Formats: sequence, C-alpha cells, structure tokens
Amino acid sequence: MRNTRDTKLLFELSEAGRRAHRLPACDVPERPVSELVPANMLAAEPPALPELSEPQVVRHFANLSQLNISVDTHFYPLGSCTMKYNPKRNERIARLPGFADLHPYQPESTIQGMLQMLYELQEYLQEISGLDACSLQPAAGAHGELTALWVAAAYFRDESLKTGGERRTKVLVPDSAHGTNPASASMAGFTTVTVKTLTSGALDMDDLARHLDDEVAVFMITNPNTVGIFEPNMREIADRIHQAGGLVYLDGANMNAILGIARPGDFGADMQHYNPHKTFSGPHGGGGPGAGPICVTEKLAPYLPTPVVVRVEGRESRVEGQKSNPTPSLALDPRPSTLDRYALDYARPQSIGRVRAFFGNVGVLLRAYCYIRTHGPDGLRRVSENAVLNANYLLSRVKHFLPVPQGDRCMHEFVASASKLKSDKGIAAMDIAKRLLDFGFHAPTVYFPLSVKEAIMIEPTETESKETLDAFAETLFNVVGEAPDVLHDAPHTTTISRPDDVRAARQPVLTYKSSNATA
Amino acid sequence: MKPENLLFAKTHEWVAVTTEGGQKVATIGLSQFAVEALTDLVFIELPKVGRQVAAEESFCEVESVKAVSDVYAPVAGEVIAANDQLADNLELLSNSPYEEGWIARIKIADEAGLKNLMDYAAYQKQCAEESH
Amino acid sequence: MPYLYTTPEDQAAMLAAIGASSLDDLFAMVPPELRLNRPLNLPPALTELELTQHMAALAARNEHAGTKVCFLGGGSYDHFIPAAVDELAGRGEFYTSYTPYQAEVSQGNLQVVFEYQSLITRLTGLDVSNASLYDGGSAAAEGVLMAVSSTNRYGKVVVAASVHPEYRQTITTYLKDLGIEVVTVGTPTGVVRPQDLAAVVDDKTACIVVQQPNFFGCIEDAASLASIAHDAGALVVAAFDPISLGLLKRPGDWGADIAVAEGQSLGTPMQYGGPYLGIMACREKLIRRMPGRIAGETVDRRGRRCFVLTLQTREQHIRREKATSNVCTNQGLFALRATIYLALLGPQGLKETANLCLQKSHYCASLLCNGVPLAPPVPPRQHRQPQPPTTADSSLHTSGATGSASASLAASTTSTSHNSRFQLAFAAPTFKEFVLRDKQDRVDELLHQALDAGFLAGVPLGQWYPELNDCFLVAVTEKRTKSEIESLARSLD
Repeated sequence: MRNTRDTKLLFELSEAGRRAHRLPACDVPERPVSELVPANMLAAEPPALPELSEPQVVRHFANLSQLNISVDTHFYPLGSCTMKYNPKRNERIARLPGFADLHPYQPESTIQGMLQMLYELQEYLQEISGLDACSLQPAAGAHGELTALWVAAAYFRDESLKTGGERRTKVLVPDSAHGTNPASASMAGFTTVTVKTLTSGALDMDDLARHLDDEVAVFMITNPNTVGIFEPNMREIADRIHQAGGLVYLDGANMNAILGIARPGDFGADMQHYNPHKTFSGPHGGGGPGAGPICVTEKLAPYLPTPVVVRVEGRESRVEGQKSNPTPSLALDPRPSTLDRYALDYARPQSIGRVRAFFGNVGVLLRAYCYIRTHGPDGLRRVSENAVLNANYLLSRVKHFLPVPQGDRCMHEFVASASKLKSDKGIAAMDIAKRLLDFGFHAPTVYFPLSVKEAIMIEPTETESKETLDAFAETLFNVVGEAPDVLHDAPHTTTISRPDDVRAARQPVLTYKSSNATA
Repeated sequence: MKPENLLFAKTHEWVAVTTEGGQKVATIGLSQFAVEALTDLVFIELPKVGRQVAAEESFCEVESVKAVSDVYAPVAGEVIAANDQLADNLELLSNSPYEEGWIARIKIADEAGLKNLMDYAAYQKQCAEESH
Repeated sequence: MPYLYTTPEDQAAMLAAIGASSLDDLFAMVPPELRLNRPLNLPPALTELELTQHMAALAARNEHAGTKVCFLGGGSYDHFIPAAVDELAGRGEFYTSYTPYQAEVSQGNLQVVFEYQSLITRLTGLDVSNASLYDGGSAAAEGVLMAVSSTNRYGKVVVAASVHPEYRQTITTYLKDLGIEVVTVGTPTGVVRPQDLAAVVDDKTACIVVQQPNFFGCIEDAASLASIAHDAGALVVAAFDPISLGLLKRPGDWGADIAVAEGQSLGTPMQYGGPYLGIMACREKLIRRMPGRIAGETVDRRGRRCFVLTLQTREQHIRREKATSNVCTNQGLFALRATIYLALLGPQGLKETANLCLQKSHYCASLLCNGVPLAPPVPPRQHRQPQPPTTADSSLHTSGATGSASASLAASTTSTSHNSRFQLAFAAPTFKEFVLRDKQDRVDELLHQALDAGFLAGVPLGQWYPELNDCFLVAVTEKRTKSEIESLARSLD
C-alpha cells in the first residue's frame, strides 16, 4: 500500500519548531558571534531549511526509496551501464573506520594500509589492461577520458618541441561512441572528427583512412564497441593510428566483456579508463559515484596526474615509480616485508597536475579492489564468460521477434532495433521500454547508439540467471505483440504515468517554491 | 510572406531579400517542413545583434526535449535584428513560420551565399526526397 | 564462484540455444592473436571470510579519526554524521539504482534530486542548482569554464591565492589546453586585499574565484571583491563551506554568480578524500551553461506532480562536442546524503553546528596562542573510549572519536598567561579553521610529536605556500570537546 502522505516534499512536511538532530551544549567559553564575525558577513537568519522530526525524515526517505527500481530489487538490463550485483560484503568493508574515517591529509605513516591497497590496485589494473602505469585520481569514466586526453596533449606538446612539428589538434571518434568522448575532446582543447561505422557495428575503414593525417592526436575507440561487438579490425586500426603518429585511447566502458580474455594494451591501446562502478561492481548510487582510473603505456606515464602511489623498498629507498614491476606483489598476507613502505609521489615534473582535489574516489576504488580480490584471475575471466553467455543467450531468443542488425553474435550486450515496428505498427523503442516497466523490468537503454535507428540496447550482465533471462525474453515477446495503443500509453502500473518532458523543459521548475518559502 | 516568394537553403532555412536604404537585408526563418520535423520545440538561442556571421555558419540553435538543431546563416553579414518574441512564444515558429516566426535579419555583406539557395519548387522536391 | 547463478546444466542449455559449442566459442569474434593466452597475474580468489580478514588487516594498519583526535581540515572535515544518514543512504533501492533515465520507476531518486536542488538554492541564496558534480575542486573548475563561456571572455580568470591550492591546481589543469590564462592574486594578509584584486581584473577577465571562508579559514570581505569583479563585467565564482552558512551570509547574498562547494561536510565520511560531493548553484540567467544533470517538476499524463531530468540538451549525450561539460556519472549518493543531513539538521541544527565550530575553533586558537591549562598532560588515548575491534561485521559505523571529557581534568584546568610558541599567522577573522605560525619553525617535528601524543594536529602549509613553511592549518569541528582541545594544547606545549 503506497504511503503518499510521507512522500510529499520535505518542504511540505515542515512545521516551524520541529527538529530532528540535536547538538551538545557548547562546552567552551562562548563569545558573542558579533565579536567573531564581521557584521557585513553575518547572516540575519540561517537558511530556510525544512523543520522535521527524525521519524518523519526516516519515513520520507524510506518511502521515496520504494519508488525506485534498483539492482537489488529488479532486473536492470540498461545497456552500456553494466548494472551488476553490488556485493554486500564490500559495503561493510568500506564502512570500516580504518578506511571510512581517514582524513586525506593524514601523514603517510598513518595510512600504510590504505596506500598498500591503492598501490596494489594500480598494479592489478595495469595487469588487467596490459598497460604500464596507472592513475587512480579521475572521479568517473568521463573524467578519466578527459584526464587521458590531457595526458595526450602534454605528450604531443613535448613531441612537437622535440621535432619542431605542429601540435596535433584532432581527436577521431566513431559515430557510435558515447557522447562523453567528443565532449571530453572539446574540453581538452581538441577538435572532434566523427568516423562512420558500418551496419555491422564495425568501423568504416575507408572513412578512417580519409581522416587520418598528421593532425590526428588521438583515436578514441570503445572496444567491445557500443553495439556489443569486438572490433574486427582492431589491430589494423591501432597500427594505422600509430603509423600516422597518433595515440589509441580505449574507452573501457565495456571491459566487463574481456576480463582475462583480451587486454587493451595487447590489442593496441596506449591509454584506457576503467569504470569500476560498472566492471568492478561499485554501486551506481542513483547516478554516482563512479571512479575513472586510467592506465597508460610507459612513454605516457610521466604525464599522469600527481600523486601516484609508489612502494619504497627496504633501506635502499629505491622508488619503483610507474615503471611497472612485471611480477606485482601478489602476497595474500597484507603485511609487506618489514622494510617496505608506501608513499605518495608528487615529484613528477612532466605531470599534467591535478584533475580534482584529494587522492580520488577511494571508496569506489576500495570496492573494486575487493571485487578483484574476491574473483582472482579465474573468477574475473568467468565474469566475462558469463556476461557474454547471458547476452548471447538473450540475443538468441530476442532476434526472432526484434531485429538485431549487427548479426547473431555479440559480446556482453547487443542492440536490437524497433525500426520496422515503428514503420509497420507505429511502435517506437520508447514504447517498448515503457511497457517493460509494467512487468517489473527496468528498461534497456534506448536511442543509443545513435548509429542504430530506434535502438534498444540490452546488457544483462553475468548477474542474471537463466530463469530471469527467459522471463525477460518472454515478456519482451509479449510486449512486441501487444496493441500499439497499449504501448503508447504505457506504463500503466507505475507510480506515475509518462511525464510531460516538454512542459518540464519549456517552463523549468527546478526548485520548490511557495509563498511561505522563507518560513 | 508566401513561401513561393522565398529562397531556401539545403539546411531548411528560408530567406527573403529586401533593400533598405540602399542596403540589402536578408530576413531568415525556418521552413514549415523543418519545424514540423523538429517537433515540440522548447528553446531557441537567438543570435546576438551585432554579430558578424559567415555564410553557412551556425548562428542560432533550436532545441526540442532531446535534440539540438543548428540554424545556419544562408549569407554572410551582420545580424541587425533577432526576433525576441520567439523566446517566450516558440509556437510562432510552427504557427506562422513565414511571417511572425522569422528568426533574424542579416545586413548582407557578401551576396555569394544567395547563389546556393533554391526556389520553393526545388525545395519542395528536396523535402519530398527527405521524407522517404 | 561468487555472484554467478548459472549452473553447468543452464550453461549447456544456453550454449545449445545460441548454437555455440563452448564458452570459448562465444569469443570467436576476438581475433586469436589479440587474446591473452595465460591467466591474469593476479592473486588467487578469496572467500568472503578471507577477504574480510584481509581487509580488516589492511584497515588496522591505518590510524583514523577514531584512533587519533582529528584537527585536520583543508576541505575535508571530521563532522558528525547522524545515524539516519547511513541507514537511509544504505538502502539498496537508493544505492543500487542508477541515473533516473526512466522517470516512472525513478521517482524516489528524482524527488531527492529536486529536494537537493531546492535545499542548495536555499543554502546558497542562488536561483538554481544542478544534481551534483564530482567534488569541490572539479566543481570550481567547471564553474570557471561556465563563467568563461557565458561571458565569452577567453582571455583570463583571476584566482585568489587563498582559494584551496588543490582547487587552484585543478582549475589550472582544466584551462591549460584552452589557452586561458590563470592569474593568481597573492594574499599575504590571509585574505584578498581589494586593491590587489582591482589591479588585475580587467575587461578580458571572465571571472574571479574566491573562497569563503577561505583555505586559511579566514573570512574574506567578499562583497567588496564581488563588486570589483562586477564593475569589470566579470562573474564571481565562489567556493564556500556549507556548514558556515549556518552563520555566514549566503554567497548569493554577497554577490556570487556561481557558487561551488565541497559537500563532504554534509553527511559524507572523509574516506581518504572521496567520493565526495561537488555542489554547484548559479543565477538563473546562467542555467543553459550549467554542467551536469538537473531535475525539474512537471506533471504526468494524469496531471499528477512528478519529476524528470530536464534541460538535457546542455549535456554530452545530446550535444556531444558542444556540450557544456563531459560530466555523465555524478555523485548522486552523496547528494542524497546531503539532503538527508540537511533535513535532519534543519535551520537551527545548521546554525548550532556552525556556532560550535566557530566557538571551539576560537577557543582552541586562543588556548594555543595565549595560554595552556596547568594540569599535567594526560595522553588522550588513556581517557578515550576504546575502539571496537575493526571487524567488518560491526554494523555500527563509528565515524570518529568518541573521547569523553574527564570531569576531574576539565575542572582542574585553568588558563594562564603564557609566552606561547605559536601565533596566529593572520589577523583576519576566522570561522572553523586557523593558521598557526610555529615561532620555532619546526612544524614537521611538532606535528610528529603531536601524532605520538594521539593527535592529528594540523596540515602543514609549506607544501603549497613556501612562505608559510613555518605554519600549519588547524580545524575544529563541533565534534571536538573542550577536553580534547585542552589536551592538544598541552601536547603541543
């Protein structure tokens, strides 16, 4: 039974004089505030926050939470977002005071356990990517892209100083790429050039050839790509970019398909980011947090943001720096040899600097570390095998009633098209998405990638059982056969029906306002 | 204005050229076909008066909920007026595309761009092809 | 195998349906020469029990705000977190959902974002807020980019040296490849002098960036600085401390056009620097240049109030290379925590928290500079509550020191005039932090000694400000007790 009383806005629940949290009395000699704060900077009143009791607050948010579909409650096949199970153990571990209550400016001697974890994670990410160096600093995948492009810009700045050549200005991006790719390129001062893809989802090699010249700095590629296939010409693409003097950037959004199967560094990438909140099970948090660690080749390592974590061995104080040790420390026992310690290395003169305050989204990185340690080498490979198995199984069931232009096989996700349904029956991808909500499924990603008309992008992840996949396929089959009017009006059973997006955008109401807003 | 008396760009802008005080001025808007294709417009970012634009440069944007479309200047010159009424009344674009829904007026600096425009019949042919 | 649900029988049936001969066959599209033909060189898998033990051992090698009394600040603070914040934000329906692309099944998250935006506008005195950015530093940089594009001034931006040094470094990184100059205004008195600002702000300046209270804890004459910027047609980007707004004038009320903040203080644990909450609010006329998600109110087909993501044409998934920013994933979970935190505190709670920070930090500063208690020093660890063992099954999130004042000790302490080793580095008024100068110029040694006595006593400033090599920054939150402050003073004597 839905409780609508307590899902009113906080401001509508407010009553003057109510309060929840109480603070202790001031235990030091108190001085008049007017003596301590200049009058012209003192507020007359505190901000007009709502006034509520603690039970009200708890009931309000507990009720709101129940208006969400989540991974904990539903199948969430949101393509490209890798909505896998978020292990509860990792939540508990992240809350340990020895991780949660560390101040970012504590002396290194007091955070050796934290630094060891971060150092080892750098090593693991390098090994999984087949690249040589790692920065854990970026706060999300898009932030990782931007950071890597700044690294590339700094690298080419140095190169053009050495060679006297012009600076490279272009970033090539396939038309199937995430919007973050071109947006990141612009923010890093590059010009974006779009390269076409074929119906199969593969890159159009002729179009690539047309755009390749000595102005190309970086080619950004998502592989497996956004239609869920492994780029058939990956090696040749990388070779041609390298021959033209450019760098290959791998958007790691789809790493869940290739853990332990293939490594970006081995198939030609010079840089990549990870989305630990996708691949390594960090909870998506209703929109975030993520993290966006990047790995790069040795020649780009000097440009990574500062600081990086280094291990200082024994009395000799030999700093390993970012030159990757081919045999990372794999000891189960967290206690390193008694003389080793971990340190933050700021002395990196070619570094691009900082991309944010403090070390990074450590809470997300910590969960990624736990996930990698829980799986080990075999387990990570089996994650990808099962993610690919689930996607192909679903594809095999769906393709009979919803065309999948890319073909019969996929990696971790696939993109079906409602294009024919649209022209035959007036049923759009959005209608199908909305109708699925009525049956207790989150919708797939729709209208992305832009290169597929009426795209429906489905990523089941390794989390789901065969029963769930069967139920989803049957539901999808039934939905596609329903009367168009039923679909146009869907969803029918959710808390609200379709919202008026046009009104929201034409007359934006972005905050709560009432006549007594200052109460 | 009747569309039969206007010139059209491939990118769906219409142009009416007039002479004011010896100076050629282009009044620019979006064709009815374009406005209908865009559906549910929610916002227009009008060009600033005084801005110098090149032919085929994007100088204005119209937005629907989930798309942004550029409006390209058919000719080079200086923007001398923008239709401020559109900001509060976007329906003018669809209700009166060739009259009240005009977008901007450009003092033409170079007429070269006019040569690339087509008449209404040719434009209708283009629209018919695009509809398929 | 953890977190997998297909049995061997399922796998066989699924492979048959696909028409694949084996799991390996599924990867046929990966060219053989590009495959990794060995196991990853990673440590072997751990069971849940082993992982718990391993992580507990790592955690045990860290000191934290529960084992040392924390006086560290500089943008991350040991504020108290009411239990309801953790309990509610720990609901799986919140933290295992994602960006509310499907509004009909995301009304919980969307309403939270709408409430968050509403709270942030009330907190800042500005018209609109986005749904969050990564952190205070990147929010400051995004604020600067927004100012540059909305003023169309690609010449330079002016940043006060009293802005968090890591925010300044972040701004520099964001602007370097765009050819925009970052001019820094020195703050030798701990605050920006209006004449120094006026000397560098001109008609090519897109914005000034100031922080209130600033990195040194000092309260800037912000209104005067804002009017200098506005007179030159530049915008004002203000970094602020959300807690301070229980007492201080709101950024929008003293002239800020874009306000950014680190929102960690609002119910997020310090967790070694992240994930945190990037807050951004601005004046209405700037909204089309604002980065990030924004939720708005509308109605559904039955006319009922509901919430959606709106103004999305600003964003990367639509505008691609012309987007206002590349931000996609944000910090939704911490916007939720801030919303719950502010709902629990209310106006009075925020004001009292701010006042406790103000009073305690001034008491601490005066004790350290003017006099120390006469009672013999008692190492704080001896009169603190012992920490529970750090087993991961402890469901209590003990977020910090629980040290209780020793009544006899507190009663016996008196202050006396004292030729202290310390003086305040700046005369400007302060809020919850202050900069101490060590007249003996031995900051590192001093902080080390304090650590041994059980205190994270301060952040040394020489790493960012060579001229302040003999100085350190001390923060005092509402959590610090009189007894802890007095013990710190004794340990530093």
